[in-house]
Amino acid sequence: MAGLKLDLRHGRVEMSHGSGGRAMAQLIDELFAKRLANDYLAQGDDGALLPAVPGRLVVSTDSHVVSPLFFPGGDIGSLAVHGTVNDVAMMGARPLYLAAAFILEEGFPLADLERIVESMAAAARRAGVQIVAGDTKVVEKGKGDGVFITTTGFGVARDGVTLSGRNARPGDAILLSGSIGEHGMAILAQREGFAFDAPLVSDSAALNGLVEVMLDSGAELRALRDPTRGGLATTLNELARQSAVGMLLDETAIPIQPAVAAACEFLGLDPCYMANEGKLVALCAAPDAKRLLAAMRGHPLGQNAAIIGQVIEDSHTFVQMRTRLGGRRILDWLNGEPLPRIC
Amino acid sequence: MKYIDEFRDGELARHLAATIAGEARAGGEYRLMEFCGGHTHAISRYGLADLLPPAINMIHGPGCPVCVLPIGRIDQAIRLALEQRVTLCSYGDCLRVPASDGLSLLKARAQGADLRMVYSVSDALELARNNPQRQVVFLAIGFETTTPPTAVAIRQADALGVNNFSVLCNHVLTPAAMRAILAHPTGARLHGFVGPAHVSTVIGSRPYETFASDYGKPVVIAGFEPLDLLQAILMLLRQINGGRAEVENEFTRAVTRDGNRKAQAAMDEVFELRDSFEWRGLGSIPHSALKLRPRYAGFDAETRFGLDYRAVADSKGCECGAILRGEKRPQQCRIFGTACTPEHPVGSCMVSAEGACAAHYLYGRFRDTPAMAAEGA
Ligand code: SF4
Repeated sequence: MAGLKLDLRHGRVEMSHGSGGRAMAQLIDELFAKRLANDYLAQGDDGALLPAVPGRLVVSTDSHVVSPLFFPGGDIGSLAVHGTVNDVAMMGARPLYLAAAFILEEGFPLADLERIVESMAAAARRAGVQIVAGDTKVVEKGKGDGVFITTTGFGVARDGVTLSGRNARPGDAILLSGSIGEHGMAILAQREGFAFDAPLVSDSAALNGLVEVMLDSGAELRALRDPTRGGLATTLNELARQSAVGMLLDETAIPIQPAVAAACEFLGLDPCYMANEGKLVALCAAPDAKRLLAAMRGHPLGQNAAIIGQVIEDSHTFVQMRTRLGGRRILDWLNGEPLPRIC
Repeated sequence: MKYIDEFRDGELARHLAATIAGEARAGGEYRLMEFCGGHTHAISRYGLADLLPPAINMIHGPGCPVCVLPIGRIDQAIRLALEQRVTLCSYGDCLRVPASDGLSLLKARAQGADLRMVYSVSDALELARNNPQRQVVFLAIGFETTTPPTAVAIRQADALGVNNFSVLCNHVLTPAAMRAILAHPTGARLHGFVGPAHVSTVIGSRPYETFASDYGKPVVIAGFEPLDLLQAILMLLRQINGGRAEVENEFTRAVTRDGNRKAQAAMDEVFELRDSFEWRGLGSIPHSALKLRPRYAGFDAETRFGLDYRAVADSKGCECGAILRGEKRPQQCRIFGTACTPEHPVGSCMVSAEGACAAHYLYGRFRDTPAMAAEGA
């Protein structure tokens, strides 16, 4: 059997693909190694031996589960690369390497797995990182959801730059790199089968290039964070709590695509709680805000960047928002799961 | 947010707010109740309080379906699910309403109740048809907006001969609750009502006429958009200043005097008035709720499962009653924001974002802190 090539058209993941035997070696060789090829992975040992990094090492890890696995604007493969690359970048670091662990469900089509691995390889190439170590396990049918991918990222922090959510000070400017809610709405629309006039496409993207130009701008950055699960509202509340400050946002300054706004309006959802996978929030010293904004807008992923508010003194750590009508309200933590309204 | 007409919205809102401020009598007080939870939510969500002059006092009404359901009714549903082992279908909002013995429908599910969250009554009917061996009960709640769909589902179940489907009916009536608030001895002394949007599309504006003619209270029916609300407030102000009490309709794009006759006919065919129904906060109100007509009694879960109703007092320290009557504000409840939060609601007003307490907690509680209040709008 081992002499035959892997049937990528019709084949499916079998328990033997995770058993450590020849089937597993074949899967790794023919499906993974070929597409993710680099010198470190080619070492073929239990771990990758990497050269010394020139500076402080940043490590971040994240497990990716998404349903559906393929969605407009990406798939679980590209998402697993972008998510971890972005977490490393948010530390003011240059991402260098990724390690990836796959949990595959028995019966999962190899053709889909191939698409996912190819998408990972492409995403890694675009982001300028190498996938240097990996692992696969197979679980029985019904015990997984197709594919789960855990990625761990390694990067090197820029000299002299220390970013942290604890750094915010009253007066700091709050910047957002672009329009919100696109990933969350794209997933929801695909999963629930909602059809809207305008297509909803995930914003999944690697942000390390954008972070580079932001660091290069010389602006005094305090913190960077990507507003993924829980959306912009959750990220800002986390930052406010970490730094024991309040925030005051201007609702009309927050960029949002008309298609996302319309879909949210229709479903009674607040885009501030919808996930993003290619956006970042930056806190910076107020005098540098304009300079930082200009740098962000000069990068393709920051074209629609905006200053959306400022950090204020508030021992209650409320994130407040001036609404489009001119009133004020809290933008609270997400409370429980959003439930449909009936009235 | 970049909604298409955000700038127009903001400008119009400022203009309306300035007109309201200009016409409100200095030192006067206008106590206006927005009956409906949808309006309560919009007022909080858009921070309208900041746009209104201090003379305008918006009082949150009881038009939040889960808020007015007394504990005894949730208990009934829980007993049905736990003791009679039925499949209980409910709207999402009901699941976290606190009931007796520290239970809620969600906690009953953890104890083994077969509880399903549905988006509409037709989902429940379909579940019944697909599971003929299960007794499926729909926990029906809501004002006149959600009643017609329940009526239609019951008629359908009847036509199809679905005999494992029934409804635990808690549908209540808006005008009866408004009357009860005006008649309540300690109730809020109101100067006028902002009338409901969706409810009025069904019942029309005619049922409110008695509040103008017999109680001397102006009513302005308003849509759900914040600008609708500001416009309705201005219309109320003008009636009050002019010494008028009329029913006016700001929401003419959806509401007529007679309402939706077809929906009314469907309700009338399936439901009849209950002699009396207990509301949280308002007590037992005669002719304020609906039950199934004898012709459809087979679909009435109370009859089918021989349920009795046991009234249960609200939990100690809970001020939901006073809040639903418009006598108190959420922040006047001693446990607001401490023992009672949206994650751990003690009273029903903290459950749905349309409840007065939840709306204030989620959007407005920064106003309770001295520094923020001093800073002003
Ligand atoms: S804070 Fe809680 S207990 Fe108090 S009135 Fe509101 S809902 Fe009821």
